[in-house]
Amino acid sequence: MAADAAPLILEMRGITKEFPGVKALDDVSLAVRAGEIHSICGENGAGKSTLMKVLSGVYPYGTYRGDIVFQSEVQRFRDLKSSEHAGIVIIHQELALIPELSITENIFLGNEPTRFGRIDWIEAKRRATDLLARVGLRDDPDTQVKNLGVGKQQLVEIAKALDKSVKLLILDEPTAALNETDSQHLLDLILGLKGRGISSIMISHKLNEIERISDSITIIRDGRSIETLDVKDGVDEDRIIRGMVGRTLGNRFPRRKTPIGEVFFEVRDWNVRHPQVAERMVAKNSSFMVRRGEVVGLAGLMGAGRTELAMSVFGRSYGVFESGTVIKDGREIRLRTVQDAIDNGIAYVSEDRKALGLNLIDDIKRSVVAAKLTKVSHRAVIDEADEFVSAERYRKSLRVKAPTVQEGVDKLSGGNQQKVVLAKWMFTDPDLLILDEPTRGIDVGAKAEIYQLIGELAAQGKGVVIISSELPELLGLSDRIYTIFEGAITAELPASEANPETVMRSMTSARRRVPA
Amino acid sequence: MTATREAPTATPAPDDRRRGFRVKDLRMMFGGGQSTARQFGILGALVVIVIVSQIVTGGRTLEPSNLINLVNGNAYVLILAIGMVMVIIAGHIDLSVGSVAAFVGVIVAISMDRWQFPWPLAILLGIVLGAVVGAWQGFWVAYVGVPAFIVTLAGLLFFRGANQFFGNSTAVPVPRDYAYIGGGYLPEVGPDTGYNNLTLLLGLVVAVAVVVQEIRARRVQERMGAERAPIWVSAVKVGVLLIVVVLATLLFAGGRVGTSYPFVGIIVAALVLLYAFLTRHTIIGRHIYALGGNWRAAELSGVNIRRVNFFVMVNMSVLASIAGMTFIARSVSSGAQDGTGWELDAIAAVFIGGAAVSGGIGTVVGSIIGALVIAVLNNFLQLQSVDAPEQQMIKGLVLLFAVAVDVYSKRQGKPSITGLLLRRRTEAPSAVDTGAQTHGPSGEPQETARPKDLTPRG
Repeated sequence: MAADAAPLILEMRGITKEFPGVKALDDVSLAVRAGEIHSICGENGAGKSTLMKVLSGVYPYGTYRGDIVFQSEVQRFRDLKSSEHAGIVIIHQELALIPELSITENIFLGNEPTRFGRIDWIEAKRRATDLLARVGLRDDPDTQVKNLGVGKQQLVEIAKALDKSVKLLILDEPTAALNETDSQHLLDLILGLKGRGISSIMISHKLNEIERISDSITIIRDGRSIETLDVKDGVDEDRIIRGMVGRTLGNRFPRRKTPIGEVFFEVRDWNVRHPQVAERMVAKNSSFMVRRGEVVGLAGLMGAGRTELAMSVFGRSYGVFESGTVIKDGREIRLRTVQDAIDNGIAYVSEDRKALGLNLIDDIKRSVVAAKLTKVSHRAVIDEADEFVSAERYRKSLRVKAPTVQEGVDKLSGGNQQKVVLAKWMFTDPDLLILDEPTRGIDVGAKAEIYQLIGELAAQGKGVVIISSELPELLGLSDRIYTIFEGAITAELPASEANPETVMRSMTSARRRVPA
Repeated sequence: MTATREAPTATPAPDDRRRGFRVKDLRMMFGGGQSTARQFGILGALVVIVIVSQIVTGGRTLEPSNLINLVNGNAYVLILAIGMVMVIIAGHIDLSVGSVAAFVGVIVAISMDRWQFPWPLAILLGIVLGAVVGAWQGFWVAYVGVPAFIVTLAGLLFFRGANQFFGNSTAVPVPRDYAYIGGGYLPEVGPDTGYNNLTLLLGLVVAVAVVVQEIRARRVQERMGAERAPIWVSAVKVGVLLIVVVLATLLFAGGRVGTSYPFVGIIVAALVLLYAFLTRHTIIGRHIYALGGNWRAAELSGVNIRRVNFFVMVNMSVLASIAGMTFIARSVSSGAQDGTGWELDAIAAVFIGGAAVSGGIGTVVGSIIGALVIAVLNNFLQLQSVDAPEQQMIKGLVLLFAVAVDVYSKRQGKPSITGLLLRRRTEAPSAVDTGAQTHGPSGEPQETARPKDLTPRG
């Protein structure tokens, strides 16, 4: 710790938070000095957001172990309201503004200034104008929030926080959705608030920003606090990355000996617009290719555009298609609908199996055949015996833990649900499988089985594209890795050159690195 | 309990083995699926109501003339419930069915009365008109994305107005020939047996179908290699059904001379068979369930959700037109108040029959049973000379309680109240059966990077 240590405004000591079956935080400590900007770094799922939810009372006192000392007092927050009362305000990735209301109405929502029991809109508007000036927003306070860009909405959130006489501001990925200019403005504002004695905790994946504005950085990995770095001691991106990924990779990943074949699938110059924000490109001139029997990794931070790229290729199921071509087996194919993609032997296993992968009302057999009903039917009539037998085969070969295929999928554990989703797509006989976070939220044993399965699929000569936020997994499985940053592919690294540092560097900056 | 399925750690209840009879076998009689357990409960309720009604009314409920009235008077609800359950499974609602039925009814009546259409052509016109109305509403729902509630609320207003506009708010008579489809009976043919011969024949056909169906079902189970219910289960099931069929046949065939099984009942039966098959066994049926269960997952599995939405809306209006046409046939004229409140009857039947408000769950047969529950209850109250206001109030409470029971049992993770009662007795073995860890959707820390703005394309 630096010698000129200002007093601590916040100290979290030995925070442990468990969910059924998962220890999300394990003895985490965090110390924030008054008037500093303190960043928290870690991979997706390391526990950053959980820690902030503990701090802000979303997970109330009693659901975690450890102490929160804020302004020299042990705090027992019951909910968001009580932490706000103490002066801690969290601004989430997903903004908590009501689009149909005006800026003023949003700022004072739940906290309306009143006069004789009536809302005093004159006073509210005066104060809103004042607050907007402090955050550098020049819009009319009567503007509906839905008419503001994301950057400005972020500022409204901060104005709202300022009205609550915030002492500690928590920003969860504040610049994730912002463009360069808006990000600059926001970071300057955070620095300005620091000048006025407001401390901030910032969670961000953008290491250059962290390096620029932070005073200290706490690194969290696998639910534990690893170290706290003082930026004055000279911290660069590489140092942070080492802290974030510094674990040894076990040999959980099966070694594959099958040869990799020729290129059979290619996406060229793929451009896709955001479905609502027309000027935002979620895929920028992206090109990639897959060989037979090859496992290709797509690395990128959350929101970088990995899922968007995959889904837009998979029958234009995301965004507004702009331009680009898909070539399979040497000839251009058109994938206008999901059905086109399935017919062309492409499968996409979504990252969110509950919302996008399964109909939780169905049982296993109906789920397995859902994406290719024609395979178990004659003249549009489903042969239920055929369906049952097909599903049963997959249940056995993938070792889905359920007595029969008539078990409802909602009764299965996450790992078994994921196996059902994989079975559903294997049932379509794809040549190319795009697996989006195939091991998210499932236990270690099921993970290993899914790794095994990926190896087997590749050995059958299928191409596999894996999207994963877990770097070790990506490195362990992939023969080749593409990195994506802000919608553009920034590097292509063969397994021999891919290591946590090189991949993390390419997925956190736009500088294109060509492998030597 | 087959030996392989029993985990060694289990301590099976001793009487469980001696019994040789499991409640599960009973459930297998009705197919043994998830949704069939719900039908099982409502079917039980129907049987109870019929028996109670029969006793309280001193045998008047199961008299031929009363049963015939029951079928004739409720045919329209039964027909509407078939379409409505599909709409509700898909996650929508259709409030316009009563008005659409009335609109089609008046046009069909006018076509025969004023334009001198022969009745087959008039029926064809009615069906086409229903399809056109459905295409209109389906367009807004499926392709523009206006919620079906709004589109069909507009339809309710518009087509009610259209009925009165074309019919000048007066009754338009329909010819005698045509009235047969709504109020006619199977004719008397052949030797005098004391019964209506065609109805007897119909009963025989149904009896054979019941047996054949059970044999087919067992053969499918055999091909699955799945655990089959013991043969006595099939025998008892078929036996019970045959008794019901025989009794019903004799009742319908043994009424006053000139009456028999109503012709409209044959229309209803044909539609029920057709749509039960469509929803259970065909790809389009599967797509409707998939869409209602999770439309985004369905879309990512290649279901053309617009086309499916369009289909269910068109289908509903076609069925509404059929309901309207049978109704004007029964009342021998089309009127300005035809179809008032029908949408509510149909919706109530569907929900009593076990469909879920959130979509994805429901069956044609369940909805028919739901409609029959209302019909028998109505009939019972009429036989007891309960006044219309009280009838209305009782109907409302029945709907509320039926769905409340369903909601309650679902919250407990049980398929139905009956399922709950049954489960208690079979709890131990079925828990062993599962052997799978069942983490609920409890708070796994799942941050997701799925784009928040995922929307259907276009």
